[in-house]
Amino acid sequence: MTTTLSRARTAPPAPPPTGRPFRRLGERLAPYAYIAPFFVIFAVFGLFPLLFTFYVALFDWNPIGDHTFIGMDNFTRMLEDPRFWNAAGNTVSIWFLSTVPQLALALLLAHVLNHARLRFALFFRMSVLVPYITSVAATTIVFAQLFDRDYGLLNWLLGLVGVEAIDFTQSTWGSHVLIATMVLWRWFGYTTLLYLASLQAIPRDVFEAAAIDGASGWKQFRHITIPSLRPVIIFTVVTSTIGGLQIFTEPLLLSRSAPLTCGPIRQCQTLTLFLYEQGFGQFQFGYGSAIGVALFVLVVVVALINYLLSTRIRAER
Amino acid sequence: MTTTTASPRPEAPRRRRIDRVRWWSYVLLVSAAVASLFPLYWMFVVATTDTATATQLPPEIVPGGNFFHLAGLVLTTVPFLQSMANSLFVAGTIGVGHALLCSLAGFAFAKLRFPGRNALFLVVVLTMTVPTQLAVIPQYLIISELGWVDTLQALVVPGLASAFGIFWMRQHISATITDELLQAARIDGAGTWQVFWRIVFPIVRPAAFVLGLFGFVTAWNDFLWPFIVLKSPERYTAQIAIKALQNSYNVDLGLAMSGSFLATIPLVALFAFVGRRMVAGILDGAFKG
Repeated sequence: MTTTLSRARTAPPAPPPTGRPFRRLGERLAPYAYIAPFFVIFAVFGLFPLLFTFYVALFDWNPIGDHTFIGMDNFTRMLEDPRFWNAAGNTVSIWFLSTVPQLALALLLAHVLNHARLRFALFFRMSVLVPYITSVAATTIVFAQLFDRDYGLLNWLLGLVGVEAIDFTQSTWGSHVLIATMVLWRWFGYTTLLYLASLQAIPRDVFEAAAIDGASGWKQFRHITIPSLRPVIIFTVVTSTIGGLQIFTEPLLLSRSAPLTCGPIRQCQTLTLFLYEQGFGQFQFGYGSAIGVALFVLVVVVALINYLLSTRIRAER
Repeated sequence: MTTTTASPRPEAPRRRRIDRVRWWSYVLLVSAAVASLFPLYWMFVVATTDTATATQLPPEIVPGGNFFHLAGLVLTTVPFLQSMANSLFVAGTIGVGHALLCSLAGFAFAKLRFPGRNALFLVVVLTMTVPTQLAVIPQYLIISELGWVDTLQALVVPGLASAFGIFWMRQHISATITDELLQAARIDGAGTWQVFWRIVFPIVRPAAFVLGLFGFVTAWNDFLWPFIVLKSPERYTAQIAIKALQNSYNVDLGLAMSGSFLATIPLVALFAFVGRRMVAGILDGAFKG
């Protein structure tokens, strides 16, 4: 031990590792090795499946039977399929009902949470994040019970003030409201914290100066909070849209009698649930992939709108 | 923001009056907190009452004494303990793998020089905008090709690294670690791996921990992909077990609720300890400024 130590100390400083070609090569390749896992995973489970969707969509593809090339037939069939348009309408309706109130509520809460003198700030911040760690499955089970027609707490309370019980799962608008409520509940706290993060980047003097100049809370909200949050608002609109297009678990667990269609008249079947029903319920991988392509096109359109909006905002600055 | 011109400094008492928190702020925040916590409380209430109590009006709003009866029923209806163990394995592996692999790649992009670095990083950022979850059918075909249907690695491997995680760790490493520190280590003869493992990772471990937590929570709560991949009850994750409990709804009304409660408890317990750090993680996320 001591001999090696003393030798190390007396020896001249180790030369840079140029002497050993093997190690040098290893050093040069190291960065690629460090980033390789992501690229491999993304290629195998992300990019390739995405491209392959377009290919499978051109076939009558039975997972345990034949694959027959049928060209664009799946797409023409989809565009004439009232179930597809029903699912598309449901998806947009649920997305709208969950996103608009969620973002408005999150803005308001973030504005309030940003106050320097707020007490129990950590408690409030943590409690609004509790829904985010609750799974969609558990959320759906508990909300379906709370909104139950016969024994739900909500309808009981409504009954106390003389409102007739609402059947949230059987009616179209009722099921949309119920699913939108679950989505809103799970995500509003997370969105609030994202907004709060951006708000905290605004120097506090700005709000103080506004208050001294006589700007009310509402005026501060309109003229300082909202303009400075515009980039993150656009970001959350995009992510909630992409998330909204993938709503699946809530409608699946809502109807016990007809889970794959979210009820006998498909009143809350979303596009992703329709994809699952056709692909894994009916074993029509080709048709299911065509629905996947439609979803992909929708996401691209949303991303393009976002891009145009954010470049315009940048230009305005 | 060009409005940060110097403002006249008011004396303290006046400022306090203007800057006071309004009462309705607290009303709003308390309502939000109650709305956030009440469904979990309700889950517990229904999970502790028998069917007769759960279907009575007015509803019982305090917990009953039936928790262990229902929990026992949950364990006999589906292999629930096994499913919890499966979830722990999947979410734990993804959490740890995510933290390590994203730190490693983030380190490479932040501090190492190599041909193609900027182009490859651009690719990473671009992949964030690609909604690959829509391609579940071909993903399932790949899993079948690999012989991974009904296995847990089908859930673990795709979740081990993410573009967002790499982006996040790169930002963090750029902001916290100076080039001088790394150069000093290099002069002492440390190789790239030693630089990462002995210097960079210990410094950014808190950030990697938060990233791992988010990976853990997401994986624990994931539904669609496990629902497609897993076939036999002993491979189920907790979320799929809840679905199976719901199918046997006629046995007892509180069964699915009891399962949901049992599957949520570990996360709530975890959150009680590390929720503060998750909140901080979001608050110094990528959207500041």
